[in-house]
Amino acid sequence: MVTGEESDALAQSTADAVARRSYGKLIAFLAARTHDVAAAEDALSEAFASALTDWPRNGCPENPEAWLLTVARRKFIDALRRTQNVDPDVDVLTLGAIPDEAASDDIPDRRLALLFACAHPAIEVAIRAPLMLQTILGLDAKAIASAFLMSPAAMGKRLVRAKEKIRQAGIPFRVPERAELPERLDAVLEAIYAAFAEGWSDAAGTDAARRDLTAEALFLAGLVAELLPNEPEALGLTALMLHSEARRRARRSRDGDYVPLAQQNRELWDWNMIDQAEGLLRRASSMGTIGRYQLEAAIQSAHVDRCRTGRPNWSEVLHLYDALIAITGSPVVAVNRALAVAETGGPQAGLEAMPDAADDPRLAAYQPYWAARAELLARAGAAAEARHSLEIAIGLAGDPAVRRFLEQRRALLAV
Amino acid sequence: MAVAADDAAYNDDGGETMQYLLMIYGEEGGWEKMTPEEQQRGAAAYMAYTEALAASGVLKGSNRLRPSSTATTVRAKDGKTQVLDGPYADSKEQLGGYYLIDVPDLDAALSWAGRCPAVGHGLVEVRAVWSM
Repeated sequence: MVTGEESDALAQSTADAVARRSYGKLIAFLAARTHDVAAAEDALSEAFASALTDWPRNGCPENPEAWLLTVARRKFIDALRRTQNVDPDVDVLTLGAIPDEAASDDIPDRRLALLFACAHPAIEVAIRAPLMLQTILGLDAKAIASAFLMSPAAMGKRLVRAKEKIRQAGIPFRVPERAELPERLDAVLEAIYAAFAEGWSDAAGTDAARRDLTAEALFLAGLVAELLPNEPEALGLTALMLHSEARRRARRSRDGDYVPLAQQNRELWDWNMIDQAEGLLRRASSMGTIGRYQLEAAIQSAHVDRCRTGRPNWSEVLHLYDALIAITGSPVVAVNRALAVAETGGPQAGLEAMPDAADDPRLAAYQPYWAARAELLARAGAAAEARHSLEIAIGLAGDPAVRRFLEQRRALLAV
Repeated sequence: MAVAADDAAYNDDGGETMQYLLMIYGEEGGWEKMTPEEQQRGAAAYMAYTEALAASGVLKGSNRLRPSSTATTVRAKDGKTQVLDGPYADSKEQLGGYYLIDVPDLDAALSWAGRCPAVGHGLVEVRAVWSM
């Protein structure tokens, strides 16, 4: 005999599981024709609420996804009837756009089209990642806001505005044509990487909302890689993120101190994730089109390989950085490249390869630039200049663990 | 390629269309500063563009506006109509013309906007039209 509490719990856990697996699929399906993401979200959340009262009473349905779609579809159409001064044709269109349960055993997966709508060039760049997290994964504005260090009200408003834009401006739910695909896919991947970076910046993993974001971003990247299996950059991004995530536990000591790559305890690395990343990277490189994310993943892979075998591979790393600079022209990449130059050609060569902050105001406020400069200056024996750079790096450090690490470096310099 | 195979499923937009207003903004002095040859080339480019829109069956309307120096602005304050000489916004770039087109979605509208000769010397604002 199942008690009421048990069936409540079962209903809740089934609903949670479906939400995780099917949320974006149901939203994409409901909103594909009308472009009305907000209405689809409302309908689906009502359907979930109905499920939590119906399932404990009548048992969980055999196909919970189809059950939810049937209910959500009805709520969606009711809402359309209520809110819009519709001409009689619209009902017919809506019913046509959202087939009934007979056909819903196999709900077409339009999540990819929804991702492309979220990262459409007509959508403000900064809101693309939050929009994906909300529409595909069902994260609420409050959770997203806390991950992106924004007030829930401001985040909520911007999400509403973006969804309004999708609906009113007629942004299509469509995988772009071949000719536009690379550029449009790049926008999708960039937004996913931005979500990952937000989660990643909480290195200590103390903030649950941000820690979860790396997992959510990995899920999105995996989804794109699965739905576009022949796009090497989608595989590259997934590989890059897996490589970073694999070393999460080793990035901080037990006392919460920053641990540089070379000193990390490799037993704390997740070798399963690393193997997965390597497999994806191999598959990507067999497709013969190189790109930013594949190169960054390849650099991570080279670092792992060096740590594992003890065999220096800096010239290989330098090669990868050269290619990455050619593609991105990024000053941040130039800083990392200069560190690789120093490993092969000595600290002076590294300093010469280092970009000048005077030429780029973004670098002047970029803490790792000053830390890297200080490192090379110290190795070249220019203690006073190294100290000056370290001071700036310490002043710019936002993460207390990194600040402590830099302060320790400064203390060593003084001796 | 998987994308191509799945296109039919994804691109299910049901054949409905939307109207978009492509508003052409540009510096007004620009035209006078051009040589007669440049003016001729410019006019020909617009003509060809208009013809292409018409031939594709998407053109609903199009016009060029007289200079904004001839504009008059009307509003009502305290129930009294106020008429002012000049355009609403006194900016360097002014609305100089428009195309009204009928296309499936924003991507199609943006693709037409990108081919408008105006993007070479000014800009095109794309706005969806409420269907009444």
